[in-house]
Amino acid sequence: MYPSDYRYTKEHEWIKVTGETGTIGITDYAQHELGDVVFVEMPALGTKITSGQVFGTVESVKAVSEIFAPVSGEVTEANAALTSTPETVNNDPHGAGWLIKVKLANPAEVSGLMDAAAYQAFVSEKETSA
Amino acid sequence: MNDVHRRLNAKMVNFGGWDMPVEYSGIVAEHMATRTAAGLFDVSHMGEIEVRGGRALDLVQRVTCNDASKLAVGQAHYSGLMNERGTFVDDLLVHKISDTHYFLCVNASNQDQDFEHIRAHNRAGAQIENAGERYSQLAIQGPKALGILQRFTTAPLDSIHYYHFVFGQVDGADCLIARTGYTGEDGFEIYFAPEHSEKLWSALLDAGSEQGMLPCGLGARNTLRLEASMCLYGHEIDETTTPWEAGLGWICKPGKGEFLGRDILVRQKEAGVDRALVGFEMQDRLIARDACAVSIAGRPAGRVTSGSPAPFLKKNIGMAYVPAASKAPGTEISIGIRANDAPARIVPMPFYKRAKV
Repeated sequence: MYPSDYRYTKEHEWIKVTGETGTIGITDYAQHELGDVVFVEMPALGTKITSGQVFGTVESVKAVSEIFAPVSGEVTEANAALTSTPETVNNDPHGAGWLIKVKLANPAEVSGLMDAAAYQAFVSEKETSA
Repeated sequence: MNDVHRRLNAKMVNFGGWDMPVEYSGIVAEHMATRTAAGLFDVSHMGEIEVRGGRALDLVQRVTCNDASKLAVGQAHYSGLMNERGTFVDDLLVHKISDTHYFLCVNASNQDQDFEHIRAHNRAGAQIENAGERYSQLAIQGPKALGILQRFTTAPLDSIHYYHFVFGQVDGADCLIARTGYTGEDGFEIYFAPEHSEKLWSALLDAGSEQGMLPCGLGARNTLRLEASMCLYGHEIDETTTPWEAGLGWICKPGKGEFLGRDILVRQKEAGVDRALVGFEMQDRLIARDACAVSIAGRPAGRVTSGSPAPFLKKNIGMAYVPAASKAPGTEISIGIRANDAPARIVPMPFYKRAKV
């Protein structure tokens, strides 16, 4: 379910690191909790985002959810396809439904995030208590 | 019913003490199914209050603003439960079962306070029963609702007029079958003893799924009623709003005689309201949400009461209170959404009206 080469946050974002670039999205758990995604608000290119701070918004029919930066960095790309097909966040949250790419300011931050097994355990616990 | 909903993978939420399904397959799919085929809603949380006896009509007339004396046996109407200030204790459906028996369907979270309010004003000596525990309710709504429900009952559904009801059996269970709803579609709301809940739900769902019916949760119920411009208690109406302000003058009948809040309502009608409920459409991609601030020409003007994407209309819509002088369709307004002042335009309501067959 959760790709083993990604890292995860307690706010249900994921990041995949390739060299100095991190691709960021929301997890399958998050898209399922939100329901039908209808709008994604993302930062402009060049925006500096800070680990733990809000950088964007994902809206479903019923709710607005802020998206927190898993790491610090500078936005190099936003997923323009989501403007016309925001439902891709539901259909392929860990792939084509990615939100932004950033140039990592401090690659060491990544190791502080959960790996797939830890995240799976984290959401399993939430599902049991729900 | 909880287990039944969970087996359908419903997302559940605590709603005024009730564990309720928010969505099953997704709000958009459920909303579209109800507009184009049918939707099945478990609305057993809704409250029921029964008023009986020779003074039943007197009491209903005293606490509600619509004119219940105009109801025929087997007819229902939408009304407001009023307080002395002419504002809403609740909104409700009043069904006339007989000259001495009225059946009220009220909001779940208001049921107990509604009952106490009615009892406190029962000077005439009517018998009042807080009957929520004795009823479950399912709503089957949409263009295919009649055909699906008809398979389970000998009651001639097609001959029940809109906002009328009959008593009949559905799949062997005794039901009050009303042609009412909260979606803007044709359909029925059926009331029955709770022990029949699971059987009726499963039977209707099995039969309806062949025709595209989906089980629907509170999420789709909200987007459907918003597209149809129906008020939701706690949003468009509450203890601070009057029927005139909420655009509900059609349920407020001061000419019927004395009722709670009548004098204030008569004066407000003569003087005119200061604010009015309007519908609006967003002019860009931002989505207005409940409680967002509204401004007109840079001045604070009111608040959004309900805002959401409208899945069938494919627009972002909402309702809001604005100064009465600014209520005309076409008026440009701004909605405060996060850091943005997002442009919106007042439009006529209802946003959605089904094509009459």
